[in-house]
Amino acid sequence: MLKRAKTWGPGVLLLAPTIILVGVFVYWLIIENFRVSLTNQHTAKPSNKYVGFENYTNLLADPNFQHSLWNLLILTIVFLGGTLIFGFLWAWLLEQPAKGEGFFRSVYLFPMSISFIASGVVWRWLLSSLQTTQPGGERTTGLNRLLDSVGLGFMQNDWWSNPTWGIAAIAVPAIWQLSGYVMALFLAGFRGIPDELREAARIDGCTEWKLYRHVIFPQLSPVMLSAIIIIGHMSLKLFDLIRAIVPDANTYDVQVPATMMWVKYIGSDYADAAAIGMILLVLVAIVVIPYLMYTSRAEKR
Amino acid sequence: MRRRLSLLAGVAALGLTLAGCGGGGDSTASDTTNPKDATGKVGVFTWWADGSEKAGLDALVGVFNKDYPNLTFDNLAVAGGAGSQAKSVLAAQLKAGNPPDSFQAHAGAELQDYIDADQIEDLSGFYKDNDLTSQFPKDLIDRLTVDGKIYSVPSNIHRANVVWANVEVLKKAGLDPTKPATDLDGWFADMDKIKASGTIPLSVAGSWTQVQLFENILLSSLGSDGYNGLWDGKTDWKSAEVTTAIEAYKKALSYTNTDRDSLSDWAPATQLVQDGAAAYNVMGDWAEAKFEQDGDKSGVDYTYFATPGTQGVFDFLADSFTLPKGAPNPGGAKAWLTTIGSAEGQTAFNKVKGSIPANTTADTSDFSEYQQSAIKDFGQDKIVSSLAHGAAVPVAWLNDLSTAVSKFGGDQDVAGLQDSAASIAAKYAK
Repeated sequence: MLKRAKTWGPGVLLLAPTIILVGVFVYWLIIENFRVSLTNQHTAKPSNKYVGFENYTNLLADPNFQHSLWNLLILTIVFLGGTLIFGFLWAWLLEQPAKGEGFFRSVYLFPMSISFIASGVVWRWLLSSLQTTQPGGERTTGLNRLLDSVGLGFMQNDWWSNPTWGIAAIAVPAIWQLSGYVMALFLAGFRGIPDELREAARIDGCTEWKLYRHVIFPQLSPVMLSAIIIIGHMSLKLFDLIRAIVPDANTYDVQVPATMMWVKYIGSDYADAAAIGMILLVLVAIVVIPYLMYTSRAEKR
Repeated sequence: MRRRLSLLAGVAALGLTLAGCGGGGDSTASDTTNPKDATGKVGVFTWWADGSEKAGLDALVGVFNKDYPNLTFDNLAVAGGAGSQAKSVLAAQLKAGNPPDSFQAHAGAELQDYIDADQIEDLSGFYKDNDLTSQFPKDLIDRLTVDGKIYSVPSNIHRANVVWANVEVLKKAGLDPTKPATDLDGWFADMDKIKASGTIPLSVAGSWTQVQLFENILLSSLGSDGYNGLWDGKTDWKSAEVTTAIEAYKKALSYTNTDRDSLSDWAPATQLVQDGAAAYNVMGDWAEAKFEQDGDKSGVDYTYFATPGTQGVFDFLADSFTLPKGAPNPGGAKAWLTTIGSAEGQTAFNKVKGSIPANTTADTSDFSEYQQSAIKDFGQDKIVSSLAHGAAVPVAWLNDLSTAVSKFGGDQDVAGLQDSAASIAAKYAK
């Protein structure tokens, strides 16, 4: 008995603080949040009347919330697509034998070291919605000014202020920031493919395209999957970048569930805020859980 | 071992109960404390962290330190987001039963949330002791009173229906700056002339300033009674008058700068008027402090007038201070509130902040020309509560309506805005 305690005792002691802290500050708070989301606590006045899933059904029927979910979908698609395309392209370019790989690797990876809040402040300026052709256009800054001065004035647009597609403009800085990370993932993937495989394929008479199509891409798919999971769940939780670029949290054009949760919380609508939090948690879980299951199965094999 | 554990658990449980008591508040203790005898620190929570607001707070603290040398002022200001940052911090502290000695809130409906949550003390007795009821205007007292009780002491009064205009731009468009339009149609006609002269007629910034513009147009189009009725259910949001008002708002938006959503706060929009890039800006009278600080001369560089169609109406908001339940130093807090309410404190504060004193006995002889005119108007005008600044409706109502107004900025769907405003009113009106 004592002997066995000696083997697992220190381990348990070492882990206990973490387990307790995670238990309280993650799992207990999730449960508490879920409890609040079932009450009718819509004002600062304390209220613990349980209304079941009414808050959820009301939210899902609310056109404003549907709009925020739609925005989230556009944001995720553009963000994911952009980072995958650029990440892969850069990794593929760096994978070619060329000089200065280390330098370019750092250049592409660098934006990731900046926080969303800090880059958001700069991108707010870059994504100025005013166009040079509009009244007051001489005040405009950032990309619109740049496009105008290089003779591409027709490409100016209102960026995130567009009611329908504005949210896609928020994805631009996000892509800028995380493409380097996806590049690093893909580069590691490329490096993990032994040269012997490529040589064997070339000896068998493969064209370069067939080599990629049948030898390299299949081996990159686990990397691709991790990239999708990581970028996807970041996109679902994206809050700080939007808050930094858009001055007012309650701006309809770029409302996503995370910013809507903030607005509800500030307005003392704790039940709705908690319900939005739970919906976000479920959305992230939908992305992450299949991946966790996949990896745990892969590890068992 | 086991005994020691249970002892520990007992102590912990006791600690929790005690903390619970502290949070619940002991209302009798604060009534017996005389502010004159109070000592220690007084923690005051505001969102006045810079600019004219910080300068005003400093002036107020100067008076406080002179009146109460035994007390130390502890500045708990939280900056950012027109108070939204501060409000979230405050909400968390109040919920945790850890209130400051006094905190800032807009007078009116915004205070209702704290009253409903049983977080602030009834100050009716304090008003009686200090004879404040006779020193504050009756209209203001009415708006502060909830079920016969008063819960806060106002430090100042702001006006939200003021148009600030660039004199030179108006002259260039052939308009007389001393004769502003008196109704919306006339104002729009002026804006057409300004547009033709090549300047943006009206500047506006992000969501909350759009709500303030919307509020001004509603007030102008519906009149003060119709406007008040929107918040107490006497005016039907679905009526034809409201449709006309929203159409007018749509028209007003068509004269504004297209990059409104990307301007970070009210100040860049007012700056456009100062720079001559825009002719008009509808803003509260804190803009006066900005013009003054930037060295602009009233009548020469800029001019101001009540939003056309709202002459004789004072769209009011006021900052006020409270005594939270369970405040650590209620005597000190009362001392602070005494300074806030006093004529001397109000003079020092408002002189710098650009607003006008709520206390009618305050000395305003060396106030600016705008402030003098606002004082005169406040004395004789009809008073209505501002929507955008938490005076007319509770925060949740304002939030939902702000979302609808922000949406309208994109789709310009008049019927859509009217429908959502009506259903929001139905959800929150009592």
